[in-house]
Amino acid sequence: MTKPLVSVCDLKIGAVSDAGRKIEIIKGVSFDIAPGEIVALIGESGSGKTTIALSLMGHTRTGCAINGGTIRLGDHDVTAMSEGQRAQIRGTEVSYVPQSAAAAFNPSQKIMDQVIEIAAIHQLMPRAQAEDKAIELFRALALPDAQTIGSRYPHQVSGGQLQRLSAAMALIGDPKLVIFDEPTTALDVTTQIEVLRAFRSVMQKGAIAGVYVSHDLAVVAQIADRIVVLKGGEIQEVGTAEQILKSPSHPYTQQLLQAFDPVPHVPVSFAKSERFPPILQVSDLCAGYGPVKNSAPAAKILKNVNFTLERGKNLGVIGESGSGKSTLARAISGILPPYRGHVMVDGYEQPGALAQRTKEQLRRAQIVFQLADTALNPAQSVGAILGRPLTFYHGMTGRAREARVIELLDMVRLPAAIRHRLPSELSGGQKQRINLARALAADPVLILCDEITSALDTVVAAAIIDLLKELQRELQLSYLFISHDLSTVEAICDDVLVMYKGEVVEALPAHQMSRDATHPYSRLLVSSVPKLDTGWLSGLEQDPELVARFANR
Amino acid sequence: MLKTLSFPLRIVSPKTYGYRFSWVGRIGLGVILLWAGLAIFGPALQPYPPGEIVDWDYFGPMSDQFWLGTDYLGRDILSRILMGARYTLGIALASVFLACAAGVILGMVAAVIGGWFDTILSRLLDAFNGIPSLLFGLVVVAAIGSSIPVLIMTLAAIYLPGSYRFARALAVNVNTMDFVTVARARGEGTPYLIAREIFPNILGPVLADLGLRFVFIVLVLSGLSFLGLGVQPPYADWGALVRENIEGLSLGAPAVVFPSLAIASLTISVNMFIDNLPTKIRDRS
Amino acid sequence: MILSRMPWFLIAQRLGIALLTLIVVSFAVFFATELLPGDVAEILLGQAATPEAVAGLRDAMGLDQPALSRFIGWLIGLLGGDFGTSYVNNMPVAELIGGRLVNSLKLAGLTTLLAVPVALTLGISAAMWRNSIFDRIISMLTISVISVPEFMVATLSVLIFAVWLDWLPALSFGVNVDSWSAILRAYAMPVITLGFVVSAQMIRMTRAAVIETINTPYVEMALLKGASRSRMVLRHALPNALGPIANAVALSLSYLVGGVIIVETIFNYPGVAKLMLDAVSTRDLPLIQSCAMIFCVSYLLLITLADLVAILSNPRLR
Repeated sequence: MTKPLVSVCDLKIGAVSDAGRKIEIIKGVSFDIAPGEIVALIGESGSGKTTIALSLMGHTRTGCAINGGTIRLGDHDVTAMSEGQRAQIRGTEVSYVPQSAAAAFNPSQKIMDQVIEIAAIHQLMPRAQAEDKAIELFRALALPDAQTIGSRYPHQVSGGQLQRLSAAMALIGDPKLVIFDEPTTALDVTTQIEVLRAFRSVMQKGAIAGVYVSHDLAVVAQIADRIVVLKGGEIQEVGTAEQILKSPSHPYTQQLLQAFDPVPHVPVSFAKSERFPPILQVSDLCAGYGPVKNSAPAAKILKNVNFTLERGKNLGVIGESGSGKSTLARAISGILPPYRGHVMVDGYEQPGALAQRTKEQLRRAQIVFQLADTALNPAQSVGAILGRPLTFYHGMTGRAREARVIELLDMVRLPAAIRHRLPSELSGGQKQRINLARALAADPVLILCDEITSALDTVVAAAIIDLLKELQRELQLSYLFISHDLSTVEAICDDVLVMYKGEVVEALPAHQMSRDATHPYSRLLVSSVPKLDTGWLSGLEQDPELVARFANR
Repeated sequence: MLKTLSFPLRIVSPKTYGYRFSWVGRIGLGVILLWAGLAIFGPALQPYPPGEIVDWDYFGPMSDQFWLGTDYLGRDILSRILMGARYTLGIALASVFLACAAGVILGMVAAVIGGWFDTILSRLLDAFNGIPSLLFGLVVVAAIGSSIPVLIMTLAAIYLPGSYRFARALAVNVNTMDFVTVARARGEGTPYLIAREIFPNILGPVLADLGLRFVFIVLVLSGLSFLGLGVQPPYADWGALVRENIEGLSLGAPAVVFPSLAIASLTISVNMFIDNLPTKIRDRS
Repeated sequence: MILSRMPWFLIAQRLGIALLTLIVVSFAVFFATELLPGDVAEILLGQAATPEAVAGLRDAMGLDQPALSRFIGWLIGLLGGDFGTSYVNNMPVAELIGGRLVNSLKLAGLTTLLAVPVALTLGISAAMWRNSIFDRIISMLTISVISVPEFMVATLSVLIFAVWLDWLPALSFGVNVDSWSAILRAYAMPVITLGFVVSAQMIRMTRAAVIETINTPYVEMALLKGASRSRMVLRHALPNALGPIANAVALSLSYLVGGVIIVETIFNYPGVAKLMLDAVSTRDLPLIQSCAMIFCVSYLLLITLADLVAILSNPRLR
């Protein structure tokens, strides 16, 4: 076997918390990377994957420090180097592609200056030569207007393009190792494909080794040769991509894979006593932002949205960023009053503005937001957060309210003692459960779920979906489930609406979505979702005309 | 509406989070508490009546009899500084509380209501901010004449726009958070949003800001007194004590040095204390 | 692009706001001075204030007209360069102010020339070597200077430079200033005092602005490209901190306006502030109003200038 390019041995990284306590976040990690090999570091948030990746460059974020172990990169012992020596290898031996290229580009410099900066810092080549090389890389990364894109400012190009430009920035110094830090997480699926393809082809062509940090097994399967599964700062399992996907040995890996398998949704049937009106009926709904002129706002987002949600059913709304799906939830809940159209909840007309709705009307439909971090008041205890809607809608106080709070916590499978804690003392999954319990406190018939699983780790998100299903059976709820993730929607919804630029382009039953979608945009969306198959990206063929028309590249 | 809450608000304190508190901050806090104590118990501690001439010599040196020397008339400086502490701390505290209470309430209301109310109030107070503070104090105090209520009101008026702007900026940030949107979607009214959702989340930075504004008010008050427009004789705050005894400067008399030191020790301590607050409290927005 | 994103629109907007502010400020200045107690006519006539004489003078000065119409008349006068006539010595206010304004501007200009380069250098280097001994010392010094009143900085410098070291004269004006060294000696004390006060603020705000941009992902990215510390700060952090730094400079310089009142008093410097203070004691309304307007206009000018620099330094708005 050839000598590995990178060898990490018993790496330990410590951090100092706000309270001044020392904690170990990487607990003795060892792995090798062969020349030209791409290794994926996969794990949930807090698993230490980014910390390890950055340590390969000899960099730790503020408050962290390498406490033990060695990192060898080629002939260099990174851990033993001085800061000046590390600066020497950054960009030339090892380089970095950040998660958010939009934040990692200096807003006041032209793109070209930043892309060739590595050449300037290390005096690798004259400027003209560096620019030629950059343009060549732009072409290799399938960027449009390769000749001129460098003369623009970062805010003048799209997110997917910036991400590829940041790869050009990393490759300009011919590094032996490139670190990709969740480079496609912030992108839409249709954009992600193009970026992944571009990354893969330049890495293969140059036979460059890579470290690919991600939480998404399906994405990693397309690009990595080997996968390292991390949890809590420790390695759980290492294997080739094929092996990890097909025959995982560690229980945690198996759990990760299971969370991927969509559990088909079984429609809930309620005891039919009589014919009920639909739980939610939306007709001709239009909403937008900005100053109102001629009874229509300046920026029109939603355009004539129509749909009906029957009692006990779940409706999924899917679309990419800018499709107007979140605006739909805000318009129905009255946060953004629609300027035209009607919303009927449980057979009753719902006035547009919040101020015109009665408490009873407000109570029936509750909204749950994506980020539990910002959706829970950090200054109130869990008990106060859950207690307020009980007092507000049901006039409960004292003992009765406390008893109900405990009941609600039990419904979302949390211990009663948690009511004395502050949100900052809870985990992400726990916060999202509290977020849900607050909506349940109102005894609603309809819950609008706005991307409620998107910010969660795969396993935690799967548990929340299970909880939603159980609650639906117990409480006879209906959900309007908004998501950008097709498999999540398939796991919980009866019907799906596909939204594009504020319009519903297609509506069909969820289980037929993958097979029977007819609208070209729906088809593009369906085909862009990565599959747990190492050959998926290579075998994927998309109509370039379709891509050009709909994908926001 | 608020009395039915059985879950008390939990205000972030160093204890609940186990923050580290640096020694510089502790010294600052110690000096602040010392001056507060001296201002409260001052009359009981004064060795001589502050207005009485007790020494035949003027600008007397430090001695066993007069610990901090005597002033230009032969009055005991220690007693006068203890008296001055009441004026300086009292006036500054009253003004800073007035300015911040009004500024924070208006700022939060403007942030929550928005629209025309916000635009007009913000523009108006911004314009008011365009007048240099000492200049404003000078003109008003000269116009109405100096008395303690006038001083308090003037100083509060000077620092209200800044406090408003600060609180409004914080409240606007909190107001966009989802938990406020959820409360609004629940049907909550403006008073609830302000009191329960927004205020607890801007309290930390607002208190830190209050401290910094307190320093500025002490400085402007001292400046006014130094120009002869502050607390009027025979009473005197620290700034006025410096003015009274400025003649002793070339002699290096303790009568001019110690009041200056009193001002400096107070303001530097407040600044040190605020500067070393855990960042989580200082700017949680 | 949305219209409000266009730089010319933004610049016009800023200028409009400045103009609006100026009107509000002049309104405030006019009516604040109107509050001055005592009847001006009576004060002016002094012992000779017979009721007829007072009425005649009031009529002649237009004091009987409603305040609003006097305000508008005053404002129109200001626009035409007519600052009115001093009540006390019957000279045109413009004439009284003229020479004094030049003196004050000299003081402010010299202070700016001295303080801005020093403060920016110190502020940026403190940010570059954050938490070093150098940074801590700078931070202690600046916090001490901004924590003490201007008159203390002034008296301290008198104590040190004039009394103990005997390098400079304490009260310099009145001595002839015809040689360079004499001018230098004459201005040294007020400029040192003002410079200290102004640069302390500027250093703190510059440091904060630069540190804020140092903490951004694109500066971390520069670090990961192998850039040196000075390259990170000078090439990546600084250009993006230009707006906040311009703001810091303007705010600190506007501090000159307040500081100058104290400094001119202490050093007996014949500037506008001293003139205004004297006018306050003699209740010379037109003079107070004009001086106050000068201060407010210079303050507004600085703030607006900083706003414009911030707009122009941002490529997203350019």
